Amino acid sequence: MDIILGIRVADGTIIATSKAATRGISILKDTDDKTRVLNKHNLVAYTGESGDTVQFAEYVQANIQLYSMRENDIELSPKATASFVRNQLATSIRSRKPYQVNVLIGGYDTKSNTPSLNWIDYLGTQVELPYGAHGYAAFYANSLLDKHYKKNMDVEQGLALLKMCLKELETRMPIDFKGVYVKVVDKDGIRSID
Amino acid sequence: MSRRYDSRTTIFSPEGRLYQVEYAQEAISMAGTAIGILSTEGVVLACEKKVTSKLLDNDGSAEKLYVINDNMICAVAGMTADASILVNNARVNAQSYLKTYNEEIPCEILIKRVCDIKQGYTQHGGLRPFGVSFLYAGYDDRYQFQLFTSNPSGNYSGWKATSIGANNSAAQTLLKKDYKDDLSLKEACELAIKVLSKTMDSSNLNSEKLEFATLSLSKINPGQVIHKIWKDSDIDSLIKESGVLDDKNTDDD
Repeated sequence: MDIILGIRVADGTIIATSKAATRGISILKDTDDKTRVLNKHNLVAYTGESGDTVQFAEYVQANIQLYSMRENDIELSPKATASFVRNQLATSIRSRKPYQVNVLIGGYDTKSNTPSLNWIDYLGTQVELPYGAHGYAAFYANSLLDKHYKKNMDVEQGLALLKMCLKELETRMPIDFKGVYVKVVDKDGIRSID
Repeated sequence: MSRRYDSRTTIFSPEGRLYQVEYAQEAISMAGTAIGILSTEGVVLACEKKVTSKLLDNDGSAEKLYVINDNMICAVAGMTADASILVNNARVNAQSYLKTYNEEIPCEILIKRVCDIKQGYTQHGGLRPFGVSFLYAGYDDRYQFQLFTSNPSGNYSGWKATSIGANNSAAQTLLKKDYKDDLSLKEACELAIKVLSKTMDSSNLNSEKLEFATLSLSKINPGQVIHKIWKDSDIDSLIKESGVLDDKNTDDD
């Protein structure tokens, strides 16, 4: 019942992930970070089968970083990053033991100065969205986001909308998800927000 | 003495040279000239066709110019048969990059991949190196228009104007003299014709002995690259416009 949420605003993308690491009926940890930094302007947030998730995210992270090392520190754009991840999952689903991982990729394209949010599931479905979520969080958050999301919101307004979503999730979710880590990807890179 | 180090590509001679690789480069310096010029509006590639015969049934397609993908074209000097293997490989690589990243492959990455194959044949024994040099003209949103060459050793380099094949040093001297940073595409084409007219052996220049290609950006659709492999009639009218033949006649007087 991990929560991952993403909201794209005018000058950046907000990513929120729950802190609880659960196994069966137990919470094992309340400081679990379900994100990996791919490069300076790309952040992946993941949910799914535990074990698969970290393995996949770190595999992708290593490949994106390898690309930059090989190509003179050139960064892969958010679109190219998302396509690469999609391609990996689409290959995986056709193998004997597919990764059961769903991801959100928050990115900022420094070339065109546009933020982006890519939603990709374990089947290899990829969509570029203004906001999105995976898992149970999506059931509660999507309706709120549908109603309150405005084009050209700034980061502050985006965070206020995120707060609304979290309040709803805390009310409705059957177990405590121990709060969320919030990260913003914008022109200056990736930063955490308390 | 050197014969002992000739037969294998992988063995250094006592002077530290790889003879087979040097022979491959030597073979290219006898092949038809190809020149490339970078301009503000695009890139031009021009080649000399060496063998022309009245009996040759040509379907009008270029022999030494290849389209690699939507953003790149290349010209070949050397063994055409070897070139087609590498061109095929470049095309596969370009499409495979497009498939995984959903973006056109940056020029330098593609050239690097082709050069890695060429390099392999200077090191793994029993085989001969690829007897081809390439001129690549490309566009990508990182560095805009670009011009590269590569040779059988697997080295590549970027240029504003350069040439490969026969008389390439003479062509390069001419290019160095006449190249300007603010050339338009048309001026670059005329410069290419001018240089070729001086480096080629034949006295009268015409479309039968030339191949021409240009890479430019669409005026209607920004960001879209247009590559054009010229028709004979276009080449002939360019020759006429550039006035190189008139110059020749006055020189003779």
